[in-house]
Amino acid sequence: MTDVATLWSYLATTPLIWLTTTILAYLVADGMARHLGNPPWANPVLVSVLLIAPVLWLTRTTYATYFEGAQFIHFLLGPATVALALPLWDHRDTIRTSVAPIALALLAGSIVAAGSAILLARAFGLPMEVLLSLAPKSTTAPVALGISEAIGGIPALTAVLVILTGIIGAVTVTPLMNVLRITDWRARGFAVGVAAHGIGTARAFQVNPVAGAYAGIAMALNALLTSLIVPLLVRWLV
Amino acid sequence: MLQTLGLLLGCQLLGEITVRGFGLAIPGPVLGLSLLVLMLGVIPTLADRLRPTTTVILANLSFLFVPAGVGVIGNFEVLSEDGITLLAILTISTVLSMLAAVGTFIGVRHATERWAS
Repeated sequence: MTDVATLWSYLATTPLIWLTTTILAYLVADGMARHLGNPPWANPVLVSVLLIAPVLWLTRTTYATYFEGAQFIHFLLGPATVALALPLWDHRDTIRTSVAPIALALLAGSIVAAGSAILLARAFGLPMEVLLSLAPKSTTAPVALGISEAIGGIPALTAVLVILTGIIGAVTVTPLMNVLRITDWRARGFAVGVAAHGIGTARAFQVNPVAGAYAGIAMALNALLTSLIVPLLVRWLV
Repeated sequence: MLQTLGLLLGCQLLGEITVRGFGLAIPGPVLGLSLLVLMLGVIPTLADRLRPTTTVILANLSFLFVPAGVGVIGNFEVLSEDGITLLAILTISTVLSMLAAVGTFIGVRHATERWAS
């Protein structure tokens, strides 16, 4: 019989174990969230990460090794983004009647997302390269990394800030909108899509299909707008 | 399911090729999304054939962010001594951005509805 160490050294070299771990962690996290009625604090991304992190730590697995298995899941973000075309298409009639709210809310949300981050970073006296890494945090990761690099930020730091922003948006959107008594799912979804990109959009789909469709529109449009707005805001506000 | 996956990947691929070919500042998948909307405009019957698979994908969108989320733990040290400050800034800025977007959306919607009636 193979001993545990030999078995482990075999498993540790295949993508299988971390792919399986990620799926299991998500099933537990999502099952728990559903069981509790999808409360904002039981965010499935956050809970999955909190389940996987100690396993990696205990097995002394580096992120690079983990990612060899998890990359297959990560890769699907591309086709999933393309898939947002369908809810957009399904809601084309209501979208056509709300072009003005969409355009202006996009502009306001995008400017405030980057502008407030820059001004707060200045107020707290953060180093310049940290400030520049923070500015594109509300847009989807590939765009944010490109902007960060172009304006002199640290792409690795931006990557972390983007994901944290997504989780923060996904956790805070429901209580925030409930306190404000906002019942328009279009507006609720759009706000979280602008401020918290794909992770916010995932939360919106968890709550309501119309909110999900509008979050998807906001995320896609903000990917276009942020790359134009952030360099301008950096020039004016820094 | 395979047809849908093939179409989604095909749109993404065309998006990536265009973005790289023309040096555009948008991600390939976002251009692929726009491309698929255009295709749906030309062939509306495509929507019902795509729906089963895309519904499953979008219902589990959170799952796809787990590897990137684990990356945050793996790279936590990049936050260095500014960690708490950065978390505070991210929280305030994200809430402000949602307030600006939701306020503008509802304000403009009311204004245009009043103007239209």
